[in-house]
Amino acid sequence: MTTTPPTPATPAADADAAPAVYQLTVNGITHTVEGTRPTDSLLHVLRDRLGLPGAKNACEQGECGSCSVLVDGVLVCACLELAEAAVGCEITSVEGLTPVGAEPGDAALAGAVLTDVQQAMIEAGGVQCGFCTPGFVVAIHDLLDRVPDPGPFEVREALAGNLCRCTGYGRILAAVEQVVTVRGNGP
Amino acid sequence: MTPTSASTDVQAPPARGEATSGARVGDSPIRPDGTPKVQGRFAFASDLEADGMLWGRTLRSPHPHARIRSVDVGPALAIAGVSCVVTADDVPGASTYGLISRDQPVFARDVVRFVGEPVAALAADHPDTARRALAAIVVDYEPLDPLVDPARATSTGTPSIHPDGNVIRHIRVEHGDPAATGDVVVEGVYEVGMQDQAFLGPESGLAVPDGQGGVDLWVATQWLHEDRDQVAACLGLPHDQVRLHLGGVGGAFGGREDLSMQVHACLLALRTGHPVKMSYLRDESFLGHVHRHPARMRYRHHATVAGDLVKIEAEVLLDGGAYASSSSAVVSNAARFACGPYRVPNALVDATVVRTNNPPCGAMRGFGAVQVCFGHESQMDKLAARLGMDPVELRLRNALATGDVLPTGQRLTGAAPVADCIRAAVAHPLPPASGDGWLERPGGAGRTADVSRVRRGVGVAAGFKNVMYSEGFEDDSEARVRLTGGVATVTCAVAEVGQGFVTIASQIARTVLGCDAVVEPADTVGIDSAGSSSASRQTWMSGGAVLRAARQVADQVRSALGERLGVAPESLTLTDDGRIVAAVAGGAVDALDITVAEAAGDQVFESTAVHRHRRTYPLDERGQGDADVSFVFAAHRAVVDVDPDLGLVRVVQVATGQDVGRVLHPMQVIGQIEGGIAQGVGLAVMEEMVIDGGLVRNPSFTDYLIPTVADAPEVLATCIEQPEPEAPFGAKGAGEPPTISSTAAIAAAIRAATGIDVTRVPVRPWDLV
Repeated sequence: MTTTPPTPATPAADADAAPAVYQLTVNGITHTVEGTRPTDSLLHVLRDRLGLPGAKNACEQGECGSCSVLVDGVLVCACLELAEAAVGCEITSVEGLTPVGAEPGDAALAGAVLTDVQQAMIEAGGVQCGFCTPGFVVAIHDLLDRVPDPGPFEVREALAGNLCRCTGYGRILAAVEQVVTVRGNGP
Repeated sequence: MTPTSASTDVQAPPARGEATSGARVGDSPIRPDGTPKVQGRFAFASDLEADGMLWGRTLRSPHPHARIRSVDVGPALAIAGVSCVVTADDVPGASTYGLISRDQPVFARDVVRFVGEPVAALAADHPDTARRALAAIVVDYEPLDPLVDPARATSTGTPSIHPDGNVIRHIRVEHGDPAATGDVVVEGVYEVGMQDQAFLGPESGLAVPDGQGGVDLWVATQWLHEDRDQVAACLGLPHDQVRLHLGGVGGAFGGREDLSMQVHACLLALRTGHPVKMSYLRDESFLGHVHRHPARMRYRHHATVAGDLVKIEAEVLLDGGAYASSSSAVVSNAARFACGPYRVPNALVDATVVRTNNPPCGAMRGFGAVQVCFGHESQMDKLAARLGMDPVELRLRNALATGDVLPTGQRLTGAAPVADCIRAAVAHPLPPASGDGWLERPGGAGRTADVSRVRRGVGVAAGFKNVMYSEGFEDDSEARVRLTGGVATVTCAVAEVGQGFVTIASQIARTVLGCDAVVEPADTVGIDSAGSSSASRQTWMSGGAVLRAARQVADQVRSALGERLGVAPESLTLTDDGRIVAAVAGGAVDALDITVAEAAGDQVFESTAVHRHRRTYPLDERGQGDADVSFVFAAHRAVVDVDPDLGLVRVVQVATGQDVGRVLHPMQVIGQIEGGIAQGVGLAVMEEMVIDGGLVRNPSFTDYLIPTVADAPEVLATCIEQPEPEAPFGAKGAGEPPTISSTAAIAAAIRAATGIDVTRVPVRPWDLV
């Protein structure tokens, strides 16, 4: 872990909240993060420092999954991770998801081309208000990239950490099914 | 009317939505906001920021009832990074606000009346600074005895906790012969706990001062113009200096009808001269919006031995909490729909909503109809058991139909397919017996249930409610359609809260004008009110306004084309799918068949239209009056498995028949049905704000549980399509019916499985063991 020594605290900050400078690699791009506090969550830094609002802030205590991101390929709630603890890790947020076959974090593709999961969520009706949607998209990618043809229990177990208040989950499950089918028939 | 009737099984909408272009009413085009939402680019209110932005936070009362002796904001102001602290003394305009009665202080001044009541707000350079500064404000409270039992609110000797008194509204509905009695009488007492909307996007907004004394507020709300009016009054500013813009809304379900952070953020922005963002955390969200009213209900049903309802007596007591919000309308709904979707020749309904020091209650999906549905449907089952009759037969025998008279004296003139809804719900196949799979036992993958002891039960319930506002309220909607360069632009102030109005509006414009349509961002600047995104009303009201405006544009285009071709406009026919064809053969227009948009060419056409519903009337002192525009009906059949040892319930399947008028977008309708049923599942078996002495015990998603994908039942749905003559394309609105009777059906299924007389929802494990 590389960090520079803490710069002197501004008068506003407590002793335990000294601003730091460090680097975070998000979606393949290394960002220098300045002026944050050691207690800042990865969610806060992504949203409010790096301009990546895709991870959402529905509960900020790890219960709703709307801030789901991948840290070194592991699905986590960004609200429960300290940003500084993710230094040296590969962080992938919804903004960095790329279609199957592309390099993770391929900046040219991310955001320009929808992934099959994103496409299926729109087409199957898995999106209503959309607040849970980025978290579901990341969690579904995580599931289907690990388990190409999951059974009903695996799907529900894998997505049980993501709350949705609008859809009742029916169309989200339909979206998962659509991706499984399309990938199964793919090249 | 003679409605054309059709049933649509919407369980399996097309797996792939059609492309946007070309899709008209009745198709399932993809949402225009779908792409940014799946990419994380859609700007929710909590995602907004501006240069020089400060973070606002609210200091809230920790007491359910206390006198405020003093507030010292000095220590907070002394913290570097804190720009401003505001209290009741700093509100320049009206000190109170509210949806119907302006009885709620922007900030408490002398007294706090519920846990979470705002006392002060501040703006700082960082959320963390703001958090620490809140803790530095010193408020000297003198705790007072809280009034927490709604039954005590009206007792002699109970002091008023608010200058307006403890009774927010009392309604009596007297219908027919009050002395009538039946051969068979069943009684019951029922209770419904406090449910939370639990929308995922927290209350959020960004207020930006304009440097000239005015302010722009981007906010997640259900009704921009109503918010604007209330905010402007509190700021003491004219309407044109308070401009509201819809920030992306992360769900609503009634919980965003009332103001939350709107006035606070604007005040702070105006005081500091900086943009101020406020975004609640989840615990604050639970305290910062109104909830579904807890209810206590006493029912007495009279019937003949043959099973005809003779009379229903009902007493309903709703806990409104500390402030009125929309309580007076909720209790009216509870009274009007207390007898259920049945023919009742005689009725006596007494409904009261009172003030307590519990959290304020107001709108939530179903709005008063949900609570009484649990009561009247529990009674119908009890009556069926007493009569030895099949509960479905009893309901069909008494089902309301077009032409029947409601307890309010209002005659049903539109479609009322109650029997069709019930038959459709029970016609769906029942699920097979559960096996031993990971997900199949109550309690789920914990596999705590002994399979040999699991009991299955099936229950049925039906319910109804109003569409649109009632009792004389005029909730008009205005929309503008502009046709230019082959694209229609729709301007309307509807709050898109996830329901998909943006999809419906573009479908309607496309259907009328035969071209692509885009919906402009909603605000209060360029257009009048669209009314609230509530009461299942936007498809009808704002859909109706868009339809009118689009048709006016089509007429303009037809006239211009006629002029250009030198023929009378009447000789050109506007088709139902947005084309203009020649009505007469021969001459210059012989082969004419083009879309309206093509006919418009390079010319710009624009029209603004207001949609008004038919007039409604207040209830008189006997609760009589044509209070409603129209009604939506639904029936649900629930199948549950119960573990009698641990009291755990698995909702296996919910089948429904729902009256929709007409399906405009099959995929969105199934989305409303599945989502509404999930909230009904929540109220039946898991969701309750636990209030203890006025304190909220579970303001988090750790302790307030909403259904996850593992809890979601299989849903089988049939839409009953009997187009409503006064609604655009006959479509009534579909948002609320899924929540009305799904809870009652699940409770009935639990009774059937256990033999236990379930009289309270949510059903808790200890109610069943």
